[in-house]
Amino acid sequence: MTARLSIEQATVTYRQAGRGLLTAVDAVDLEVGAGEVVGLVGESGCGKSTLARAVCGLEPLASGRILLEGEPVGRLGLRSRDPRLRRIQMVFQNPYASLNPRRRVGSQIEDGRRVAAGTALSVTELLESVGLDAAAAAKYPHEFSGGQRQRVAIARAMATGPDLLIGDEPIASLDASLQARVAALMRTVALEHGASLLFISHDLAVVRVIADRIAVMQSGRIVEQGPAEQVWSAPQHPYTRRLLAAIPIADGLGRLPTV
Amino acid sequence: MTGLDIRGLALTISGRRILDGVDVEVPSGQVTGLAGESGSGKTMTGLAVIGLQPAGAKVTGTVAYDDGETVVPDLLALRPGAMNRLRGRRIAMVFQDPTASLQPMLSIGTQLTDHMRHHLGLSRAAARARAIGLLERVRVPSPEAALKKYPHQFSGGQLQRIAIAIAIACDPKVLIADEPTTALDVTVQAGVLRLLRELTDDLGLAVLLVTHDLGVMSAVADTVAVMRNGVVVEHGSRYQVIREPRTAYARELVESLPHTPPPGVGEGDA
Amino acid sequence: MTALPVSRRRALRIPVAWRRPAAIGGAVVLVLWVLLALVDPLLGLQDPLKQSVGDALHAPSGAHPFGTDELGRDVLSRTLWGVRASLPLAVALVAGSLLIGSVLGAVAGYLGGVVDEVIMRIADLVFAFPTIILAMVVAAALGPSLTNAVLALLVVSWPNYARVMRALVLGARNQEYVIAGRLLGAGPFTSLRRDVLPNVSAPMLVLAMLDFGNQILLLAGLSFLGLGAVPPTPEWGSMVADGVTQFSSWWLATFPGLAIFSVVVAFNLIGDSLRDALDPRTAGAVQGSSI
Repeated sequence: MTARLSIEQATVTYRQAGRGLLTAVDAVDLEVGAGEVVGLVGESGCGKSTLARAVCGLEPLASGRILLEGEPVGRLGLRSRDPRLRRIQMVFQNPYASLNPRRRVGSQIEDGRRVAAGTALSVTELLESVGLDAAAAAKYPHEFSGGQRQRVAIARAMATGPDLLIGDEPIASLDASLQARVAALMRTVALEHGASLLFISHDLAVVRVIADRIAVMQSGRIVEQGPAEQVWSAPQHPYTRRLLAAIPIADGLGRLPTV
Repeated sequence: MTGLDIRGLALTISGRRILDGVDVEVPSGQVTGLAGESGSGKTMTGLAVIGLQPAGAKVTGTVAYDDGETVVPDLLALRPGAMNRLRGRRIAMVFQDPTASLQPMLSIGTQLTDHMRHHLGLSRAAARARAIGLLERVRVPSPEAALKKYPHQFSGGQLQRIAIAIAIACDPKVLIADEPTTALDVTVQAGVLRLLRELTDDLGLAVLLVTHDLGVMSAVADTVAVMRNGVVVEHGSRYQVIREPRTAYARELVESLPHTPPPGVGEGDA
Repeated sequence: MTALPVSRRRALRIPVAWRRPAAIGGAVVLVLWVLLALVDPLLGLQDPLKQSVGDALHAPSGAHPFGTDELGRDVLSRTLWGVRASLPLAVALVAGSLLIGSVLGAVAGYLGGVVDEVIMRIADLVFAFPTIILAMVVAAALGPSLTNAVLALLVVSWPNYARVMRALVLGARNQEYVIAGRLLGAGPFTSLRRDVLPNVSAPMLVLAMLDFGNQILLLAGLSFLGLGAVPPTPEWGSMVADGVTQFSSWWLATFPGLAIFSVVVAFNLIGDSLRDALDPRTAGAVQGSSI
């Protein structure tokens, strides 16, 4: 059985002026099964966002392959995206930049529905599935708060009836009190509609709650992956242990995180 | 009590009430956390205390300052010149994004020494020696070399340490830190939080820590004030506010966090 | 903001945006000029073409409120008739170069690569010559007439717009909402039309409004060189050009100059309001109130 998404030895390099090649993603292997939620965790500059962009065809691979249902993901060039690949959708980090400020929310969700021709849920159903009411469709993005915008972005991505939903730091710019809620919402919505979820974040504490499996990335490589509970309670790699030790836990005990 | 005493701080911008009577005590040698969601007024409180509120804002209330030597009954009543002398000298600030709060075209040495020479009247050599001491204190590696470098040559964590060095350069008594670790990676954040705690204890600083992250609060703050819609809805010890919140709103904030046992141990005791 | 029904909001949008003194002022000035252009023949002015050498270079007086030019023609009448040539030409010029420059600049910026190179090198080629000299060459090649002068100026002025447009598009095309649109399957032209252009239109509009004065004066330059408005047709630019050679007769350049000024200011005021009106973030807000 082929996994829904398989990344095999994927490598992405950037040419830097005067400093040679920078390997942002270094021979990464990762699989996301049908109906599975995989959390990809790492600190800034570790290559996790580059990997997400590569899965969407936004970055060319220097070597290796990325397969969706066994078929290779090609680079998104100037032509419109291969309809097969439109079943990979992304929710971006910055909810203030990921919606077109000049278009009503409803018509932006319509763009997504067009991809799922015929089988798409109605805009109202989509909005309700992310906890917004139908009246939201007539509004412009600036009329919403950051958390609400992120919900709209999730509705837009889900409108396509995706096979794979990617969240690229989708909670990083939200209030702490919203982060866990929006992350849980992404999990619920994705699974309800039969999509797999690749959830990318720097926040292990949130990822642990929603992911089935966790992969930890450092300097372009995946240093550890396994079931969420195992990575959290019995981390194998020293870097994972450092990451976990550094998380400040809100227990009211005044324990300083370990460096 | 020495430190800051904020009483009935209210702020109105073009008819909109942003702060609606904030009461917080910020005692010396303690970290006082100011928590809340975006729009709650926590950042504006920090700015208004040191007179950096946006133009056109009307501020009322009192902010009493007392460091044992200098006593100012109300900072808000000071003339701009007097406030300027106090700010940077006695009251310092650290902001969220060190890449934006440091001037990219000036070397670290210049940014550290200029302000000491201005406020403390030090000679060039004395200021330089002090700058090296400060960089050692905040644990920036090879301080002598660091003085000649420019902000873009440092990582975000190092820059925030440098920003803290600049803030404590003139022996301030009060430090206002607005989301000082929000832009940093979690492993880097841990180091900066330890530094912040250490400085508070060693220098007897009165720290007002503004952050939305209750985890950070729990790690370094002694007391926590929770803000909502421009008022402090609950203020108590760190343990009380986080473990036994009295108001529904504070409880809601705490409960919105991911329910996780401490890392590295199994499910169970928390 | 309360949610109004869709249709009602749309109907409200323009009027609210126009409820600004600046916009109303600008619109009033422009409407006045258009009306004047339409009713010129009915005003009973002196014939703008009638020469009377005996009355040459009279200062403003009761008989000639704006004075007379070196051929004894009434400056008031020529200024008021001049709007018939100047206004439509300026509009045509600005609209034309805005259209050509925006399309080429947007395509160059969005597609990049060879297309970008070719378009921008042609733009550089135009930039390499002094504007007025290149316009002269083109106008001379086409033959002297106002239409040809407009064509010549279109050739020299689109690269400005293309440059700015290209830079704006380069900045906007990597915005997350543009990428999100591409991931949903939008092709390059859909993406450009739906996600990129609406978000870069405001600075282009401002640029165009600021360009009115420039274009009227360039046209005047060509007319002055005998390549634009053919004398004795009254046209503001050529009147200013004539006037500046007569130092002692200030009224010659002043009145048509003020006319140009009023049009430029009017367009700028309207441009500012138009920019706000086109942006849903500011459309509902009346100036002075915060959003």
